[in-house]
Amino acid sequence: MRALDNVSVAIRENEFFTLLGPSGCGKTTLLRMIAGFEYPTEGSIRLHGEDIAGLPPFKRPINTVFQSYALFPHLTVWENVAFGLQMLGRPKGEIASRVAEMLKLVHMEELAQRRTDQISGGQGQRVALARALAPAPKVLLLDEPLSALDYKLRKEMQIELKRMQSETGITFIFVTHDQEEALTMSDRIAVMSKGKVLQIGTPWDIYDKPAERFVADFIGETNFLPAAMVGIEAGMARVRLPSGVEMSATLADGYVPSGEATLVVRPEHARVVASGGQLSGLVENVVYFGTDTHIHVKLDEGITFMVRQQNSRSQSCGAEVGARVGIEIAPDAAQVLRD
Amino acid sequence: MASAAEIARRDEQGKIRSRWLLSAPALLIVFIASIGPLFVMLAYSFMAKGDYGDVKPGEFSLDGWFSVFFQRDIFDDTLSLADAHLSILWRSVRLSVITTVLTLALGFPTAYFIATRPRHSREIWVFLVTIPFWTNLLIRTFAMQQVIRNEGVLNTLLMWLGVIQEPIPIMYTDWAILFGMVYVYLPLMVLPLYASLEKLDFRLIEAGYDLYAGRLAVLRRIIIPLVKPGIVAGSILVFIPSLGAYVIPRVLGGGKNLMLGNLIELQFGAGRNWPLGAALSITLMVLVMVAMLFYVRNAARSGGGHG
Repeated sequence: MRALDNVSVAIRENEFFTLLGPSGCGKTTLLRMIAGFEYPTEGSIRLHGEDIAGLPPFKRPINTVFQSYALFPHLTVWENVAFGLQMLGRPKGEIASRVAEMLKLVHMEELAQRRTDQISGGQGQRVALARALAPAPKVLLLDEPLSALDYKLRKEMQIELKRMQSETGITFIFVTHDQEEALTMSDRIAVMSKGKVLQIGTPWDIYDKPAERFVADFIGETNFLPAAMVGIEAGMARVRLPSGVEMSATLADGYVPSGEATLVVRPEHARVVASGGQLSGLVENVVYFGTDTHIHVKLDEGITFMVRQQNSRSQSCGAEVGARVGIEIAPDAAQVLRD
Repeated sequence: MASAAEIARRDEQGKIRSRWLLSAPALLIVFIASIGPLFVMLAYSFMAKGDYGDVKPGEFSLDGWFSVFFQRDIFDDTLSLADAHLSILWRSVRLSVITTVLTLALGFPTAYFIATRPRHSREIWVFLVTIPFWTNLLIRTFAMQQVIRNEGVLNTLLMWLGVIQEPIPIMYTDWAILFGMVYVYLPLMVLPLYASLEKLDFRLIEAGYDLYAGRLAVLRRIIIPLVKPGIVAGSILVFIPSLGAYVIPRVLGGGKNLMLGNLIELQFGAGRNWPLGAALSITLMVLVMVAMLFYVRNAARSGGGHG
């Protein structure tokens, strides 16, 4: 069993890079290899061109924010933050000023003398961050650091993390299984599954131009439609839907399918219309979300298609359960998937 | 007719009475088994010694306590420090401290090894550590004698390997006592250490490595402070019985290398000086209590509350 197989990732300096994937996809293993807790059987890990794969973790200029925070329970908040600097043998004066600076960065100055079992989860998170940032590592690794926090605190910490990354200029490698977190925070994302990297790109790339079915399915909500290839015109695929309607669709980079193909359409790129449209079916369910409404339409082909429409105050979405409607897909919204 | 307050008061009294009645067995055991004998011991140490052992009841004398520390020359009646007693006292303390340090040095890696095994095999290792307890101490001590005597396993093996030409005389030396005590008391160190190490969050060790601490620094700054309760408990469990050891120095140390336990036994037996024996016993107890206080205060100061 290989935890990671043929993984090649290049991460830029000062980048907020996210490893995204379901649990067991190998993202944590990759992170632990970068940190030095596990060693690759083959291949190299290079930092500014220098291979660090054989170095023990305490010789790598890389620090980690652990999922459980792993704060030292026998030390105070101040001593936790100072630990790395003390181990590096920095002078006392420098340690004191650096720790003060870090505690200020995470807004924990008042609790410096508390023991770590006397602070809350969110505060523990901040201390873990300050502790990892204090030695000014070249790379900061974050292993699902927000997963233990409640929703509101998580949102706050996402913004805080972004702020700290831009203030410190340190490269952040962030591991998460939360696609929303990945999309909102990252400069670039690597989507992983079963020990392989499926796609690397900006959040926009990953969401709008998923390279594979897994990526499209894992990130955001998606409709998949079976289609038959008709031909290729000016770099666009011409496909025929089971209803007989023909439409054009973009192609994932350099991929030319033959015969059967799968189309992917994001729910917000389609619209429910009274008549016409490329697809038609019966409204199965209407779910109101406040900002928008999700309309599930049972297509004539038997597939359920989801449409997300933004709500406005003056009018309702215009769909009622049981009504027969058409679905209009915006031009260029459909993409042919690599299966 | 009794008023409500009267009834309540009577009810309360009844409750108090039944509380005392229910705790009587426990109190009785505590008094008979632990506090009572201590008072007997204390009383004996202040009585004159009987001619054929025992004490002369009611006859107050400080001779017992006096001869713990001093001896009177039988010819000219001059006073001098009781060298024999003090050297035995010193040997007991010294050997017990060394035993504690050695069992810690051997027990820590052992406990660490067990704590880092997969969960199901840990139980087997702990079980193996506790097996010696099933055998009588005397038998284990004689077994140790078979190992370290001149024609014993250790010397035979070393001679066969060509490391030594002549057998090393270990029996009837302080070394023999140390061998025996370390062997016998090692499990008492391993078990509390293991209990502490087993609870240790090994992610903290990773965090230490991550923050530039080498292996030694992780041991010194993270592992040892966190398992300190185990170290303290193990040290107490080894030090206290070592100080009062009787069988091991008797069998392995011979007649010359007495420890406090043997000295006390001697006073109640051949010495026929019960007051001195009682005074020595209390001295031993005070020593143990001082050691305990030292350990407990030390433990409370750092690393306390993280058992």
